[in-house]
Amino acid sequence: MAGDGLTISREEEEEEEERSLAPLPSSGRHHRRKSSASAASRDGFPNPAHVRHLSRTETERLASSQRELADSNSRIVFIGDPGGSDPRFETPRNSIRTAKYSPITFLPRNLFEQFRRLSYIYFLAIVILNQLPQLAVFGRGASALPLAFVLLVTAVKDAYEDWRRHRSDRIENNRAASVLDPQSGRFLSKRWKEVRVGEVLKVLANESIPCDMVLLATSDPTGVAYIQTINLDGESNLKTRYAKQETMSRPPGEDHPVDSAGVIRCEQPNRNIYGFLGNMEVDGKRVSLGPANIILRGCELKNTAWVIGVAVYTGSETKVMLNSSGAPSKRSRLETRMNRETLLLSAILIALCSVVAICNGIWLGNHSDDLELAQFFRKRDYSDGDDKKYNYSGIGTQVFFAFLMSVIVFQIMIPISLYISMELVRLGQAYFMVRDANLYDESSNSRFQCRALNINEDLGQIKYVFSDKTGTLTENKMEFQCASIRGVDYSGGRVSSRDNGEAHYILAAGKQILKPKMSVKTDPELVRLLKNKGDTEQGKRAREFFLALACCNTIVPLVVDTSDPKQKLIDYQGESPDEQALAYAAASYGFVLIERTSGHIIIDVLGNRQRYDVLGLHEFDSDRKRMSVIVCGPDKTINLFVKGADNSMFGIIQNKVDLSMIDATKANLHAYSSLGLRTLVVGMRELSRKEFEEWQSAYENANTSLMGRGKLLRAVASNVERELHILGASGIEDKLQEGVPEAIESMRQAGIKVWVLTGDKQETAISIGFSCKLLTEAMTQIVINCNSEESCRNKLQDAVAMYRKFAVISPDPFENALTGTGSTKVSMALIIDGISLVYILKTKLEEELFKVATACDVVLCCRVAPLQKAGIVSLIKSRTDDMTLAIGDGANDVSMIQTADVGIGISGQEGRQAVMASDFAMGQFRFLVPLLLVHGHWNYQRMAYMILYNFYRNAVFVFILFWYVLYTAYTLTTAITEWSTVLYSIVYTALPTIVVGVLDKDLSRKTLMKYPQLYRSGQRDERYNLKLFTLTMMDAVWQSVATFYIPYLAYRQSTVDVSSLGDLWILAVVILVNIHLATDVFRWYWITHVAVWGCIGATLICVIIIDCIWTLPGYWAIFKIMGTGLFWLCLLGVIVAGMLPHFSVKALKEYLMPSDIQIAREMDKFRRINAATMEIQMNRFSMLQL
Amino acid sequence: MNNSAASTSSGSGDVPAPRRNSNRPKYSRFTQQELPACKPILTPRWVITVFTLIGVIFVPIGVAALMASNKVVEIVYRYDAVCIHGNTKDEKVAYIQNANTSKTCIITLTVPKDMDQPIYVYYQLDNFYQNHRRYVKSRNDAQLKDSDKANDTSGCDPEKTTPDGSPILPCGLIAWSLFNDTYSFSIGNQNLTVNKVGISWKSDRDHKFGDNVFPRNFQNGTMKGGASLNESIPLSQQEDLIVWMRTAALPTFRKPYGKIEQNLRVNETITVIIQNYYNTYSFSGKKKLVLSTSSWLGGKNDFTGIAYLTIGGLCFFLATAFTVVYLVKPRKLGDPSYLSWNRNPSGH
Repeated sequence: MAGDGLTISREEEEEEEERSLAPLPSSGRHHRRKSSASAASRDGFPNPAHVRHLSRTETERLASSQRELADSNSRIVFIGDPGGSDPRFETPRNSIRTAKYSPITFLPRNLFEQFRRLSYIYFLAIVILNQLPQLAVFGRGASALPLAFVLLVTAVKDAYEDWRRHRSDRIENNRAASVLDPQSGRFLSKRWKEVRVGEVLKVLANESIPCDMVLLATSDPTGVAYIQTINLDGESNLKTRYAKQETMSRPPGEDHPVDSAGVIRCEQPNRNIYGFLGNMEVDGKRVSLGPANIILRGCELKNTAWVIGVAVYTGSETKVMLNSSGAPSKRSRLETRMNRETLLLSAILIALCSVVAICNGIWLGNHSDDLELAQFFRKRDYSDGDDKKYNYSGIGTQVFFAFLMSVIVFQIMIPISLYISMELVRLGQAYFMVRDANLYDESSNSRFQCRALNINEDLGQIKYVFSDKTGTLTENKMEFQCASIRGVDYSGGRVSSRDNGEAHYILAAGKQILKPKMSVKTDPELVRLLKNKGDTEQGKRAREFFLALACCNTIVPLVVDTSDPKQKLIDYQGESPDEQALAYAAASYGFVLIERTSGHIIIDVLGNRQRYDVLGLHEFDSDRKRMSVIVCGPDKTINLFVKGADNSMFGIIQNKVDLSMIDATKANLHAYSSLGLRTLVVGMRELSRKEFEEWQSAYENANTSLMGRGKLLRAVASNVERELHILGASGIEDKLQEGVPEAIESMRQAGIKVWVLTGDKQETAISIGFSCKLLTEAMTQIVINCNSEESCRNKLQDAVAMYRKFAVISPDPFENALTGTGSTKVSMALIIDGISLVYILKTKLEEELFKVATACDVVLCCRVAPLQKAGIVSLIKSRTDDMTLAIGDGANDVSMIQTADVGIGISGQEGRQAVMASDFAMGQFRFLVPLLLVHGHWNYQRMAYMILYNFYRNAVFVFILFWYVLYTAYTLTTAITEWSTVLYSIVYTALPTIVVGVLDKDLSRKTLMKYPQLYRSGQRDERYNLKLFTLTMMDAVWQSVATFYIPYLAYRQSTVDVSSLGDLWILAVVILVNIHLATDVFRWYWITHVAVWGCIGATLICVIIIDCIWTLPGYWAIFKIMGTGLFWLCLLGVIVAGMLPHFSVKALKEYLMPSDIQIAREMDKFRRINAATMEIQMNRFSMLQL
Repeated sequence: MNNSAASTSSGSGDVPAPRRNSNRPKYSRFTQQELPACKPILTPRWVITVFTLIGVIFVPIGVAALMASNKVVEIVYRYDAVCIHGNTKDEKVAYIQNANTSKTCIITLTVPKDMDQPIYVYYQLDNFYQNHRRYVKSRNDAQLKDSDKANDTSGCDPEKTTPDGSPILPCGLIAWSLFNDTYSFSIGNQNLTVNKVGISWKSDRDHKFGDNVFPRNFQNGTMKGGASLNESIPLSQQEDLIVWMRTAALPTFRKPYGKIEQNLRVNETITVIIQNYYNTYSFSGKKKLVLSTSSWLGGKNDFTGIAYLTIGGLCFFLATAFTVVYLVKPRKLGDPSYLSWNRNPSGH
């Protein structure tokens, strides 16, 4: 996964840079999408059908100008001739296989995958050791049981998942496609899996596309087809695809047999869903193919009756299949920390084994003379008549064997069951996270998604949140707010709350009523100005302004039926939300774009339908940062409309215009961007016939040239886009998502630093920062935007000096109590831009930046490229232990999401790239608060406790075994039966810890949300650290001592047999560790009761069953010993004595040194939440007065 | 104008048709993790109650256990040193291994207190590792139970077969090392009968040792480990063997020898004739003869009582200590002013 996400992000990178450098939102957005769909160039020419295709391929973003298709490396497809297709390469059939295993390969492959875990190798080694007759401590079956159990559980899980994949594969493969039969020339039905490369297929409306195909013909005479790519990249907008004119005229089929059909040369299969490179030879002509000519598997055909295409990539080679892979694998911090403790436990294990081995050697040495005759040892075997040593080969070997045997006996010191418990617990936690109604997003109808199943607990320890802005903090739903025309600001619509009825233009076409789907609040004065046909200069400019908005775009108006048959809605389908917003705004002011065909558009201008021929369209590009159209209006004037970023537009204006108007516009622009609006400037120029002809020939030349078309076209565009009249500027609001300021405030209180990384320009970023309460007026802003390394260094040094200065100023406790930052300095905000970062990241200045940035409460990075985002994340990640979380929604966030410890994708407006690369996906930014504060806290708390508890409970058991070994002449006898030893960690004590790990809650959701500060306990590693581990281990040693020595002393010099005492020990230890767990459980559900007490009951039943097997030496022992009073006294004594230290320390600590969590628990319990808030406010109030 | 029409139509346009397949998670208390729960907190009252309660339960039990233990009368006599000739270990071993020397040894025991019947007779071995790894494994339970499996001697190394290859029954080190000292008791001239029936577990006699399995080739080897068995008595009735085969948990252990079903009076002198056959001299093991009455708690052992009294006392102490703590440092539970960010606003 990591691989392919990156591939795509790399490709996007270049464009992202453009977007981030270009504050022109419309084109930027458009541009970003361009690569995906490249559908937008709906340029028109007097002879549209002819020129269009040439120009279209040329304007492809990933145009092949740089990359030439090498013949040796291309795939050759003979249209309609599957057999002849490219003999050099075997092409697969169209069947897909997402399942990993087949019934035959399941066992070896699954085992191989499972044994890639190091811990399993350890357990396997122990099982193998135990098979050696010299070392056989346990019976063969018993020793292999735990590992077999763990392997089996995982295998069953994998098998079930794989079976589901098999089933869906089968359904998918058996769907019907209609394929052209070359003999009959008719389309016959065939199953998807039988489709081969080179075959010609027909797809009807609303059908899914079976494989990646090059379009040959469509039902639309101009060769347009609309597809929906929601399954591929999540975008719900319709994309346009084109069939080449050369094949359009004679589609293969009944009328046109395919014998003389062409040849396609294209790239080898790759996973780039936004790129395609190829050419087609038809009738000796070579035409080039781009991403706009291919439709991909996984898409659906919409609004088009049929298309005919030729399969070029099938089955596993389709782009959607190449892009599908599992969730990224990361490792949680707790697990990494756990490995440290596992090493410690290994050291303890080795120490125990060494003690046993050495003592064994000493004992043998001391008794070497005695052992010939000692009845319990009998060094010699006389049974064969000759005198030989029985099972004894010198002290050295015996010591070695003793060591290995003790490793086998004490193996569960490293808890095997912990690994499987952790997986199950994470599964359970994921279940609850996915099903949490608070994480369900109504607007996108999406639940929370857990894509990575192994870092749930990391959510409870986040210290840094890196957030994208557009689509993450903001909704990416643009709303037109203000217009500035000739320097006059019309912001009435923004302030007027009254829905202005006049603004809704209702177009009556016969009996039909047409209405734009969305309306914009309009400025009454501007409406009046437009209505007023008086030919004031201002009115004229206003009309031209809206005309420009209506035609200078790539929007496709779609007429949608409503429930009311008389009424139809116009839905503006476009790839850029900004353009949609502008088009809806124009419509609200009476300039309704009604129809777009290949060569012209129809605009309803204040009630009159007018046709504009689109003569040319210059796409957005990163150098120009603007787009333009050339249209011929009804009055036969030829106009150039341009819209673009302010800095790019003001460079090409007419020199003679009055400067006051320009200054006023600039002032308005500044005001808009201070409000957080995305701005853009609109200009126009009337072209003379001569100019037009010059342009046209240059344009044609550029289009037909074979090399460097893109560059030539850019030059043509730059040439014509000059001496513009500035019509005005628009301000579009990028609406904040719901609850963002509150979420940021909560996170700030929780001690999480929120950094915003955006491609927007500085002013916009700062204003969004203010509007989402990230920045406050009280903050000191440190702005770094420099153009050289030298100036960056100076700025950073100044910043360091500044925060040092602030740090010595005495803290203001009141301020900190309010913000909850708990820091001792004046809060500062660092604002830095991408250009400065170029000079800082990966240089010596990085260290300085780190110092400044971590000293600041808020960091805003503007105009950053995707890789820079990742660079900033690793700036923190590599220098601190703090956990980082990255959240974003676009392909440009992929690298950041993958770099951070936890990556979260917003499943929103932009594609699914971010979600595909993420560990978790959700619908809204504000869900971060319940996710981190509630689920993260719970998960961390549960997992941390579970790990400690598992270590503890296995250690208690191992120590009990160890103490006993000291009384068996160090010979690794276990009083507890081998079956109980084996079942101890997988049956006797496993279930309660899993149930508690899934269900226990230290605090209620309400409390956690109310006091975000409680989150800091996770950041401080309060629930899992070396100190806690040490304490737990000491407790384990004490409990093992109590469990072992109370029965030992009570039964000293008695007739007790080994099995009875073993039964007492196993029951005592199981009850003890379960009671230990019970004292630590925060919330007792009925399920918890069942698990804890049920487990003790199950243990008793197991022990009884084992003691009912007459072949075992312990037959009937449990009944015998349970019949004596001493047994029950021992049991009770063990439990009380074992629990005393734990209980006392716990009670004392909770009372004298209560953690925040403890106090919150008490508040939770005694329902003082409301009273508590009052008190805090009172406290603050009294502090104020002080 | 079309005001109303416009607004209604815009309304209908904005409201999306109700989704048929909503992904909204179904609400249940379980999935929202809102199941009713008990939230125990260690309040001072609870802590003091728990400690006091444990104290109240444990101290009486401790007293009762001590009393029971004190009521038990126990006579322990170590005879392995007295009943041997020779000073060095080698001499002792040579003496005990010599089949021709007399192993009879007469000792006298004085009854310290009245002993009511039944009086249990035990032998106690010290330093004998019946739990030694190579020892505990050396047996075959199938062979003991089933007459058809007499030849099944797997796991019995190194006492599987006689040198000529015939299987030993019961095989294995445990059976081979069967204890063979015998005791006979008398007071004055009157013999004290020792009842040796019923010293083993009934479950063992009924299910572990077959009543149609007879000893074969037992103790015929080069080296005798201990007692021989009467080949005409089935294993289920060889109670000494059954008792011995229940291997002891610890290296110092007692095994029941029999019962004296007769009351003994204080200061009575018991004469014991010991046949001192069993070789513990090779590994410096001790042998003791034990006569003991019993109580509801078993034999004489003060540990349980002392342990219970200690724990109970400790709990009373803790209850007091916690009361003091709660009184000296009172803290209102759930008082938000103790929260770290309220308590110490300048940082942590």
